[in-house]
Amino acid sequence: MIWIVGVLVFWAVAWVLNLRMARMEASRFTAFAVPALFGITLLLLWEGIVRGFEISPVLLPPPSAIAVTFSQNIPTLWGDFVQTFVKGALSGYIIGCSAAVLTAIAVDRSPFLQRGLLPVGNFVAALPIIGLAPIMVMWFGFDWHSKAAVVVAMVFFPVLVNTVQGLQASDAMQRDLMRTYGASYPQALLRLRLPAAMPFIFNGLKIATTLALIGAIVAEFFGSPIRGMGFRISTEVGRLSLDMVWAEITVAALAGSAFYGGVALIEKSVTFWHPSQRRAR
Amino acid sequence: MRNILPILTVVFGLFVIWYAGAVYLNSNWAYDKAKRANVELSFGAMVSDTMVQEKPRLPPPHQVGAEIWKTTGAMVQRGKAFSKRSLIYHGWITLSSTVLGFVFGTGLGILLAVAIVHSRAMDMSVMPWVIASQTIPILAIAPMIVVVLASAQVDDLIAKGVISMYLSFFPVVVGMVKGLRSPDHMQMDQMRTWNASKSQMFWRLRLPASTPFLFASLKVGIAASLIGAVVAELSLSQDGGLGARMLVGSYYGQTIQIWSALIAAATLAALMVAAIGVFQNVTLKKMGMAS
Repeated sequence: MIWIVGVLVFWAVAWVLNLRMARMEASRFTAFAVPALFGITLLLLWEGIVRGFEISPVLLPPPSAIAVTFSQNIPTLWGDFVQTFVKGALSGYIIGCSAAVLTAIAVDRSPFLQRGLLPVGNFVAALPIIGLAPIMVMWFGFDWHSKAAVVVAMVFFPVLVNTVQGLQASDAMQRDLMRTYGASYPQALLRLRLPAAMPFIFNGLKIATTLALIGAIVAEFFGSPIRGMGFRISTEVGRLSLDMVWAEITVAALAGSAFYGGVALIEKSVTFWHPSQRRAR
Repeated sequence: MRNILPILTVVFGLFVIWYAGAVYLNSNWAYDKAKRANVELSFGAMVSDTMVQEKPRLPPPHQVGAEIWKTTGAMVQRGKAFSKRSLIYHGWITLSSTVLGFVFGTGLGILLAVAIVHSRAMDMSVMPWVIASQTIPILAIAPMIVVVLASAQVDDLIAKGVISMYLSFFPVVVGMVKGLRSPDHMQMDQMRTWNASKSQMFWRLRLPASTPFLFASLKVGIAASLIGAVVAELSLSQDGGLGARMLVGSYYGQTIQIWSALIAAATLAALMVAAIGVFQNVTLKKMGMAS
């Protein structure tokens, strides 16, 4: 009972505080503090409800129990992370994205192929490609190669479509300027069209980060060696030790956010000239 | 229409790659068989063998097509359209949980977007989390949600719908927030000079202005919703569905069955996106916003 009342009081206080802060002048501090307070409130609410109503940890473990499990199993979690993220997702991501960018550059000289590739690519990007997972596991075996193959198939089309669109992004004036300079095709591509395409390419790369992790994890549901995040999630669910599952989800969330953040950081340094990167004053 | 020829060329190219891959991947097994039977295999005989294997590594398109026809059209002709072996039956199961999740996800997404647009505190506290949650592989927790909900005695259909809902919810929130904010200062000022109340401003300006954004995110949302349903069926395979067909196929090495389920899921996704596209064209035309 004390838990429920305490959490409700905290919720009310945090709500009022957030309303106050939201009305203040926008600053770096409020932009960080308001969502942080909201997140903490959610976690406490979760903890309080689980404890207050005595929900069985088999259904929903409290955040504190998840934190304890997390800190006790760091070696296991690290092993899973390396297997799924570094070996499966990251290698597939790099292969898939570079293949997509190279394909886009290869068809760049043929507007005919581009007009065909754009609608088909957009269509394929909406398909449940994740369904290829069982086939890839059959072809490449249980280890990380099959996961990387699924990731390649998943990231290829979104990146391809974005790159093809991006290569068309430079405007006629700029292309004419390159022509007056007497620039050859590779020069124009390298100096003007690829840099101009970067915002689009990075848009595709950012979408692909999430897809890569999803692909690597779901592919493990179809068969994997005895480590990996997807393997751990499906077996620990079977053993009803949900705190371990949640710890694994925390790892996935951290890895996913860090991956996305990392790509966004690279984007910031590559496309510093783009209006969306300018700091608002 | 001028894109038809290029599209057909690309599709034709994909089919050529598919057939070439089938010959390449299935040739090992063909040579193996010939070796055991002690016959010399000519190239032509090898190619024709790779086209008709029972459990090929990569079934060629016509085998997949035949399997799809066998499990849909042929069963309709025999009046068994909804037998447990037909893809129509499994597709129907997938479709029902997809649509259920999609409807709830869209509703929730729109409500949250309205709250975000109208309350600064909501905007500042929820929006960063909505964006951060996009970077988290939500699908990975699908089996857990399914098991937990099943043990809490929730209907299987709803358990699968929850995952679809979760996936279709984010595109709608992000798109709707953008859409509800799309009226520019001039238009807002115009409403203010007419002394419009907040709700009038919402119903007469913000909501109509957001429809193109809504349809764009609905298309993303329904595709995501279908993916969620397929993955959820991996954990609840006893009820059937296209995901369950893939899982069963992978257990027994029935590659043709996996591919036909995959193509069926792709067709379903394409049909649903196209349906929303038609709905979008009609609505936007009626609102006078069609481009």
